[in-house]
Amino acid sequence: MNVEMRGLTKSFGPTPALNAVDLSVSNGEFLAILGPSGSGKTSLLRVLAGLEFAESGTIVIGGRAMEGVPARERGVGFVFQNYALFRHMTVARNIAFGLEIRPRRLRPRAHEIRDRVASLLDLMGIGDLGGRYPDQLSGGQRQRVALARALAIEPALLLLDEPFGALDAKVRKTLRVWLKDLHDRIGLTSIFVTHDQAEAMEMADRVAVMQAGRIEQVDTPDCLYAEPASAFVHEFLGEAIRLDCLVADGVARFPGLPSAVLPTACRPGAAIALIRPYEIGFIVRPGPAHVVSVHANGPLKRVRLLIGGVGIEVLSPAEGWTPVVGENCDLELSKARVYPV
Amino acid sequence: MTTPAAQESVATRVVLILLTAALLIILLVLPLVVVLAEAFRKGIPAALATLSDPDSLTSIRLTLTVAAISVPLNTVFGVSAAWCISRFRFPGRGALVTLIELPFSVSPVISGLVWVLLFGINGWLGTFMDRAGLQIIFALPGLVLATVFVTFPFVARTLIPLMQEQDASEEEAAITLGATGWQMFSRVTLPNIRWGLIYGVLLCNARAMGEFGAVAVVSGHIRGQTMTMPLQVEALFNDYDWVGAFTIASLLALLALATLAVKAALEWRLGRRGSMH
Repeated sequence: MNVEMRGLTKSFGPTPALNAVDLSVSNGEFLAILGPSGSGKTSLLRVLAGLEFAESGTIVIGGRAMEGVPARERGVGFVFQNYALFRHMTVARNIAFGLEIRPRRLRPRAHEIRDRVASLLDLMGIGDLGGRYPDQLSGGQRQRVALARALAIEPALLLLDEPFGALDAKVRKTLRVWLKDLHDRIGLTSIFVTHDQAEAMEMADRVAVMQAGRIEQVDTPDCLYAEPASAFVHEFLGEAIRLDCLVADGVARFPGLPSAVLPTACRPGAAIALIRPYEIGFIVRPGPAHVVSVHANGPLKRVRLLIGGVGIEVLSPAEGWTPVVGENCDLELSKARVYPV
Repeated sequence: MTTPAAQESVATRVVLILLTAALLIILLVLPLVVVLAEAFRKGIPAALATLSDPDSLTSIRLTLTVAAISVPLNTVFGVSAAWCISRFRFPGRGALVTLIELPFSVSPVISGLVWVLLFGINGWLGTFMDRAGLQIIFALPGLVLATVFVTFPFVARTLIPLMQEQDASEEEAAITLGATGWQMFSRVTLPNIRWGLIYGVLLCNARAMGEFGAVAVVSGHIRGQTMTMPLQVEALFNDYDWVGAFTIASLLALLALATLAVKAALEWRLGRRGSMH
């Protein structure tokens, strides 16, 4: 189902949780909402599910306006961060819950429910756990049960709040691949919230980066990485070196360093230049960068530099010119992206 | 690993255990034995004679009636109050928590007196009630009102911390899966709070049957009409009918023990099915 959000605004006291959020998700898409804690990403998910309400704005899911539609009638599957499994029910009863509570005329027959539960358990790869209670499961198993429970009602849209937040690093890695694969197989429109940029970039078709209740940028992982729309997005998506500069006539001037010609227009005046550690080049001539240390690190060298008393760390290919500790050199910054202050 | 307890010498442990046992015997077991012994001092027939006395029978029936009305009412009130307080943020929430505990801090005599002042013949609403032909004070409604007031906090107080600790996410999950409010409550909330609820209801019941002060004020001590069991015990005691007083007292104690037995049985039965929470 397509999902359309227009101008969603919500505040908790004086701080806006959502600030005029516009977002479209197309049918079958796997979208990540990425942002630091407090950026409003969980609020957005809860508003979509109908667990909270926006003060203004509209939501349309599969062509149906959601205004005044209570959460239980939205047909939105929700996987909670702590999974929220019903602790007094077995795994099978948890999964069957959404079907068993339906009014008689909409409820599948008992054996149909049993079959559905069994096939969901198989789909999740936990076919033998139906009789267990939630507190007898590992974190990864609980997550699969929560997912199966949400899928049992055949939702139009699946929402996942920090799906890997409560898992340890190793399980997280395997589950990521598994969940991505599952999405590709069942093709259900899904939105998940995360604060982990690697998770978002690896799994999602598109990523919406949020900050302070606003959506800063929505793009595919590749585009997001190649063309971050703001300094915030640039810094949030991975390590970046921050340099102050002055922009004039399409050129960024760095104090004591070679200037860089800007590929796109930027307002003249004070600006921030951001550059990834591997995008900085060395120029073999005496310059302002003092080499403090050099460490071989697989295919890359990790070079620590001091520029005017400020330390930065550069990654440079292992082959090619090697900076010598104690010497000075110059830097090439043409790949820097410049954002007005 | 040695726990601090294991480091205590054997002598200390023995002394502490003996002290606890002695306190238990003196404070709990001995009074119970005395009550039973006094009841049967003149033999079983004398004790049974008290129980067949119409006034005593009325008091037993009245106590059971009052409890049967008050306890369900306070169960509903208590669950609703705990729900409100643990699931919603609203102005005056803190004040509500304090208000719920008010009956604990107010003397039971005051708890009875407020109803007399409100519904008594010279009370604020007394004339109105009188004209409407409703007798509140010195009648069953008054006894129920006083008992409900005194026993109000038990269910709410046991549930509030429990429900605050279990956040709302299981309930929200039920809603997103299509549950109506009632389905969510009966299938998710209630099973999760059942232990606390049973405990609160039993405490509430014990107090409802045993309440003396508040009930004494609104009862009017009309023999054979508005005397609950605790009041009947006092009346018989004042009449120097020792056997009668202690027989009713034994019955009250037995009701309390039966309550405990019900609790243990429920725990055992529910504990066998599924995991304990």
